[in-house]
Amino acid sequence: MNALIEFVKPILVPLICALVIVGVLPLITGYIVLMERKIMADMQARLGPMRVGPHGLLQPIADALKLLLKEDIIPDEADKVIFWIAPLISVTAGMLAMSALAIGPWFQVADLNVGILFVVGIGALGLFGIVLGGWSSNSHYSLLGALRSAAQLVSYETAAGMAIVGALLLAGTLSTREIIMAQSDYGVWFIVAAPVGFFIYVVASIAETNRAPFDLPEAESELVAGYMTEYSGFRWALYFLAEYTNMVVVASIATTLFLGGWLRPFAGTPAFNFLDFAPSLLMLVVAGYSFYRAPKQPVKVQKLFMIGVGLAFLGLAGILAAPLSASVNAMLPGLKPGLHGAFWFLSKVGLYIYLFMWLRFTFPRYRFDQLMRLGWTFLIPLSIVNVMGIALALVLHRQWGWGHVPAFGLTTVLTLAVAGWLAQAGEKKEKEHAMAGGEA
Amino acid sequence: MADQRIPFATHADATVLGADEIILNMGPQHPSTHGVLRVKLRLDGEKVIGSECVIGYLHRGVEKIAEHRSYTQFAPYVDRMDYVAAVSNGLGYCEAVEKLLGTEAPLRARVIRTILTELQRIASHLFWLGTHALDIGALTPLFYCLREREEILKIFEKYCGARLTTHAFRIGGLQYEAYDEFEKDVERFCTPFDKRVDEYESLLTENRIWVGRTKGIGILSAKDAIDYAASGPVLRASGVKWDIRKAMPYAAYDLYKFEIPTGKNGDTYDRYIVRMEEMRQSRLICLQAIENIPAGPILGKVGKVLKPPPGEVYHAIEAPKGELGYYIVSDGTTQPYRVRIRPPSLINLEAFDKMIRGHLVADVVAIIGTLDIVLGEVDR
Amino acid sequence: MLDQIVFYFFATLAVISAVLVVTRRNVVQSAIFLITALLATAGIFLQLHAEFLFIVQVILYAGGIMVLFVFVIMLINVDVSLHQIQFNRQWWLGLLLALVLGAQLTVAIAVGRSGLPLGEPAPAKMLEPSTQLVGRVLFTEYMLPFEIASILLLVAMIGAVVMAKKKI
Repeated sequence: MNALIEFVKPILVPLICALVIVGVLPLITGYIVLMERKIMADMQARLGPMRVGPHGLLQPIADALKLLLKEDIIPDEADKVIFWIAPLISVTAGMLAMSALAIGPWFQVADLNVGILFVVGIGALGLFGIVLGGWSSNSHYSLLGALRSAAQLVSYETAAGMAIVGALLLAGTLSTREIIMAQSDYGVWFIVAAPVGFFIYVVASIAETNRAPFDLPEAESELVAGYMTEYSGFRWALYFLAEYTNMVVVASIATTLFLGGWLRPFAGTPAFNFLDFAPSLLMLVVAGYSFYRAPKQPVKVQKLFMIGVGLAFLGLAGILAAPLSASVNAMLPGLKPGLHGAFWFLSKVGLYIYLFMWLRFTFPRYRFDQLMRLGWTFLIPLSIVNVMGIALALVLHRQWGWGHVPAFGLTTVLTLAVAGWLAQAGEKKEKEHAMAGGEA
Repeated sequence: MADQRIPFATHADATVLGADEIILNMGPQHPSTHGVLRVKLRLDGEKVIGSECVIGYLHRGVEKIAEHRSYTQFAPYVDRMDYVAAVSNGLGYCEAVEKLLGTEAPLRARVIRTILTELQRIASHLFWLGTHALDIGALTPLFYCLREREEILKIFEKYCGARLTTHAFRIGGLQYEAYDEFEKDVERFCTPFDKRVDEYESLLTENRIWVGRTKGIGILSAKDAIDYAASGPVLRASGVKWDIRKAMPYAAYDLYKFEIPTGKNGDTYDRYIVRMEEMRQSRLICLQAIENIPAGPILGKVGKVLKPPPGEVYHAIEAPKGELGYYIVSDGTTQPYRVRIRPPSLINLEAFDKMIRGHLVADVVAIIGTLDIVLGEVDR
Repeated sequence: MLDQIVFYFFATLAVISAVLVVTRRNVVQSAIFLITALLATAGIFLQLHAEFLFIVQVILYAGGIMVLFVFVIMLINVDVSLHQIQFNRQWWLGLLLALVLGAQLTVAIAVGRSGLPLGEPAPAKMLEPSTQLVGRVLFTEYMLPFEIASILLLVAMIGAVVMAKKKI
């Protein structure tokens, strides 16, 4: 028994963190889907799910149950083993990638010294789930979706990688924790120093996660459902879980690299210390709104549920406010960075995902050749120029003693000029292409 | 195990067609072929080098049914052809029979017919815009379009009790008098509607992705459009100023002022712009018409049993999708000897092969969308 | 103890997968086992605290190269290989030769073991993060080979494009 305790002791905290990720992530994913449907409904002058629970709050649970109970159909001519295992690969890769991310200073499974590369590399392995699933379904639509997915990921992974390199140059390390600490040392987030890099990463990460306007692998008007066409029931749900997990992963990477990770906005400036109250206030507002809506629910159960939601948020507000009092802070000094760090990290991830959704409901879809042209002739050259620009700024700063502002200002302007030139050249090419297409 | 895998592509016989060609079958069950259209595409990689539309999955023999129904009985059937523009179908048929009988509906009936038909044109174009944008990947416009279309359908419902297959008109005029609030309802819909069209345009017209997906896609030159006998917005987007409402006025169109919007390049983008402008023009027609709906009877003098004199007649109207023509032959009995319908969707669809050649597979859905076909009308 | 369990797990996985790569008839399944073998090797790298090597193995081999492999394999018709005879009539000769070679190697190692220099394994914590180490060596000592390799890759890439595309 003692031996077992000794054995478990060093891996206890990582083990708990891992269990939390595996256990809570599907639930969070369900609620991201609900949020997406609600936001979509709001933008489209509808209400969205309203039936299961007040304001559809229990919809994800009902959906998960329904999908669990559905018949698991495997097509006759499918390659059964691969068909069976493909969604698992996608989900596993997504969850494994979460393990190297630092969600707040205390919540991290493993602080690898190749952390960010680990997240990117393992996350990319999820592609095999898509490709193999598409192949094993033995259907043209699935296969075309899988092929598009593979081609798209390989193309945009390059641009995303180069954008990441830009931020890594600034940080000088690969460990997720140290990258965030480096931003704390600089005093600004890397989005300020490398705005172009952030932009490239946003675009490339949308393409990598197959979200609109780059959702060609599952373009419903062309390929029915792409690689998921033949999937049903829980296996289909696993693909969905993988897709949203990947969204969380890319959002976390962007947060870590460019948005200061768990750091509060203006973390180094005491004048902005009042922002420490923001988490509690936000929770209070949500709780207040729940109480306000509670009497308007049609059924008693729903009223009680709404009050319950309000109380839960009230409790969260209390927990987030607790470390602000001096006595609690003195007793448990780690509580504040841990809790508030997680709050800020998750808020930034949420905002990033909201951006994804916003773009999805606004834009039409790219055509595949346009997507490839955008990737290869605009984003990849721009990302290389961006890396050179950041390197130049670092040289100006470190070797020649320029200040941060002029050095990074100059290189950003230069990079933007190159971006403008690339865009113009691309437009010209596009026009020629359109003309040629018309003549053919 | 997987012994009989479907190969990725059915390679056509190398000696006949060349080894690079593959055949891809889209439809009849596909989310964006607008019903049950089936398109056989010949592809070189992703490039379309030839296509064949296979139609008839929704064939109900409407023209044959007509030969076994009396003139009045057949009227509801035409609503089922272009089911997103039932009012226009009904107008064409009623006027064709009236022409055969040698009568004309009273002025009040014709004005109300004009208003309802123009509202139907707006509804049809809204539905086209929503689904076309959805095919190209924009999710949101569909809901805005359906929100507006709902208002029009409510007016229809108040007028004749039906929303989709309205059967709004009767041969010789109207069956129902306009309800009390009719003008007010139409005005309430039309007055803010141009702002709504601007709203849709703000989502799409200058959107780079939208322009990239539609400009230069599916070009149909003016000559080709005429050669293919294309009509409606498809023809006008190619730069031909031809609108039956102006050229051979029917109903009460000669009373109102409106423009015929035309395009220049005949590509998908121009067809989009033309239809958007047509909605604005339809709104103007409605607003002019409700200002002064003349008093008078709504049903002309037609007998209880219709027995047109022997003879034949062709009557065409400008339906939302193009020239909708009815060719009716009467042998002097209560049933038509032959009814032939010229459906605009079918004739416009014939230009599909010309438009798709040289484009990519993804453009197929864009071009099917821009032709604005309704399979109920194509197959009849 | 734990280290050994992990090592033998990865080693067994790698060996079994490698055997299955050769013996599976279905090309796609072979590709999957190749991925497994590569990942198992990556696991051993990780256990040796060569994190950079581990992640390069995952990103480049399992991630990049295998995706292209699978990409191409998916486009070909798997039926053909399923119906072909996998081994020709000389399989027993091949097996015999392999066994002889294996025996020779075993004997050679067993006999000459004392002559093989085996350095003391460095304690894990003593190493610098291997990424910095690899980077420094690559850009100072091995600068020239590194650049030559990159030019070689460029030439290969251009060659592939020229061969694949009929007209440029």
